[in-house]
Amino acid sequence: MKNKIVTIALSAAMGLMATTAMAGTLEDVVAKGYVQCGVTTGVAGFALPDADNNWAGLDVDYCKALASAIFNDPDAVRYTPLNSSERFAAMSSGEVDLLSRVTTWTMSRDTQLGMNFTGTMFYDGQGFMVRKDSGITSPAELSGAAVCIQTGTTTELNAADYFAANNLDYNPVVFVDRDEVVKAYQDGRCDVYTTDASGLAANRSGFADPSAHVILDEIISKEPLAPVVRQGDDTWFNIARWTYFALVNAEELGITSANVDEMLGSDNPSVKRLLGVEGDFGASLGLSKDWAYQIVKNVGNYGEIFERNVGVNTPLGLERGVNALWTNGGLQYAPPIR
Amino acid sequence: MADLRNNHNLAPKPSFFNDPKIRSIFYQLVVMAVIIAFVYVVATNTAANLAAQNKSTGFDFFLQPASFDINFTLIPFDRTSYYWEAFVVGMLNTLLVSVIGVIFATLLGFMLGIARLSNNWIIAKLAMVYVEIIRNIPLLLQLFFWYTVVLKAMPGVKNSFEWFGGFVLNNRGFSFPKPMPDETFNLVFIAFFIAVIGAFALKYWARKRLEQTGNRFPVFWASIGLLIAFPVVVWLISGANLAFETPELKGFNYKGGLTLPSEFLALVFGLIIYTTAFIAEIVRSGIVAVDKGQTEAAQSLGLKDGDRLRLVIIPQAMRVIIPPLTSQFLNLTKNSSLAAAIGYPDLVSVFMQTTLNQTGRAVEIVFITMMVYLTLSLITSVFMNWYNARVAMVER
Repeated sequence: MKNKIVTIALSAAMGLMATTAMAGTLEDVVAKGYVQCGVTTGVAGFALPDADNNWAGLDVDYCKALASAIFNDPDAVRYTPLNSSERFAAMSSGEVDLLSRVTTWTMSRDTQLGMNFTGTMFYDGQGFMVRKDSGITSPAELSGAAVCIQTGTTTELNAADYFAANNLDYNPVVFVDRDEVVKAYQDGRCDVYTTDASGLAANRSGFADPSAHVILDEIISKEPLAPVVRQGDDTWFNIARWTYFALVNAEELGITSANVDEMLGSDNPSVKRLLGVEGDFGASLGLSKDWAYQIVKNVGNYGEIFERNVGVNTPLGLERGVNALWTNGGLQYAPPIR
Repeated sequence: MADLRNNHNLAPKPSFFNDPKIRSIFYQLVVMAVIIAFVYVVATNTAANLAAQNKSTGFDFFLQPASFDINFTLIPFDRTSYYWEAFVVGMLNTLLVSVIGVIFATLLGFMLGIARLSNNWIIAKLAMVYVEIIRNIPLLLQLFFWYTVVLKAMPGVKNSFEWFGGFVLNNRGFSFPKPMPDETFNLVFIAFFIAVIGAFALKYWARKRLEQTGNRFPVFWASIGLLIAFPVVVWLISGANLAFETPELKGFNYKGGLTLPSEFLALVFGLIIYTTAFIAEIVRSGIVAVDKGQTEAAQSLGLKDGDRLRLVIIPQAMRVIIPPLTSQFLNLTKNSSLAAAIGYPDLVSVFMQTTLNQTGRAVEIVFITMMVYLTLSLITSVFMNWYNARVAMVER
């Protein structure tokens, strides 16, 4: 807690004192040799240190993809775990170069905080988790429930909206730390735990007895989770955004980390352009010609990242659903490289 | 003659540049200029940097709807309330915890401090063990500990402890019946007010009587009796109208009545336990600082133990106790900002966490929050300094 106050105060103080121009993130990153990436303090499937203390997850893989595009080295990343209430201060103070931290893209954040969202890495929605023995099957039955929520999130606002709109009273119990929220729910302080549905699945996978808890089917909000960069540095914004597009385009073109070398010899002009065999699209980003090749080679395409971290064969067991490619009826779509 | 003496008192006049008065004014002006320049640079730099970060700035967010909910408020609040109302809610919650904490920590601290000096070996040692354990463990850990205790040791909603059909304790908090006073109940408030005046009158009369006759009158117990009995009698005469809304188990939770959430209980409990240890030490040192001769003098006058403490020792000890006691009051108020860690909606949690995040006005909000704590502390200090001046040694 003290730490948090210190962090916020420091960020505020840095806002007071810092005179460094915010433009030129790419130069700064190249000069120091790594990307400083803001991630969650630990959400399975998105960003969590594994048994060997290496960060892993969907958000982490995005950071690795970005580092691959710049340095051809997925490990040229340093991670800063941030609470939801610290994240934007850490961004504006320049403590991190980018935020890949299950952050919901909203209008006020996009327009008022001096941030830009690069593209939706994960289409999510807010859900509810309850104990199985409570017999609850729909959020409409939650009248009077105590609800555990993390502070400073869209979750907090959505819950207020939802319960007011449905004329239900509820009792919000909010904590700064996500771990505290989950612990309070497990200790029985709350009847309900609410956050993004993916986050519920992630937390449940860590419970001693996941089958004792159910995630209700109903989703009450749109939560497009997107990486964030500072506003006013278009070069860096373009790199971050096209890293995401490269991941999606690679999947659409059937390029995987396994076949990417083979694909270099492909006749498909789209594949040639993406992998830098034809034309030089990296130059306009300030990167090398084979930037996208490096991404796919080191990290894989969007589908690989999804399946590896949150897909059906992981503890989270999420279906692609709306996160499938547009060609498969999903929402993941990227503009063409030409 | 007179002229000559005056000349003797005059110091030789130094040159303008060597005049210590002028030099001191000059240095003070330089220091002031440096401070003003520093503040100016910081302020303009902040404004410029915030603009460069494309951030919205200003205090206009106060008038925008907050659109979040708070589970423990002293004033009505819901998602349509404004941010300034959220600010007030947070501030009142901080004040509530601080005031309750200060009152109980002072009472317990005095008892414990006196207990440490007790001739009873067990009591003195128990008090010592308490003080040494509590004040050597970080407060944040203690708060987490108490919060965990509240959540783990208390039963769930379905197995709540229930007493007298209206007092309910479970891991969600402590619920108790809410009095629903109707109009006739105003008479009881008036009666209580009259009883307060009566108690003061009684004190005045008892003092006069003591001075005239030397007979003592038990003012304290008589006043307590008056304060309780008179309103009760009025209440009975007015028809004994007072309905209570008792908490009842409905669905998930107890509804109705008043509820103190577990976060509040854990925070208040933790702060009191912690601060009590420090106040006990301050009280002990204050008492020890009173010369032993005072005790002996009081004994030789034939004062009873309680009177000796109350009339001779404590008033003198107070002069030593009050200044550090003030610091403890300030510490308790500031420590209450740890509330956010255990989910109690105090000023830091509601304003510096939630509001800051939803509006993104970090500089403004951190500044206001600091100003609030500063103001609270200064007010406490002013009051305690006034009180200190009142009890300070009057030199005769």
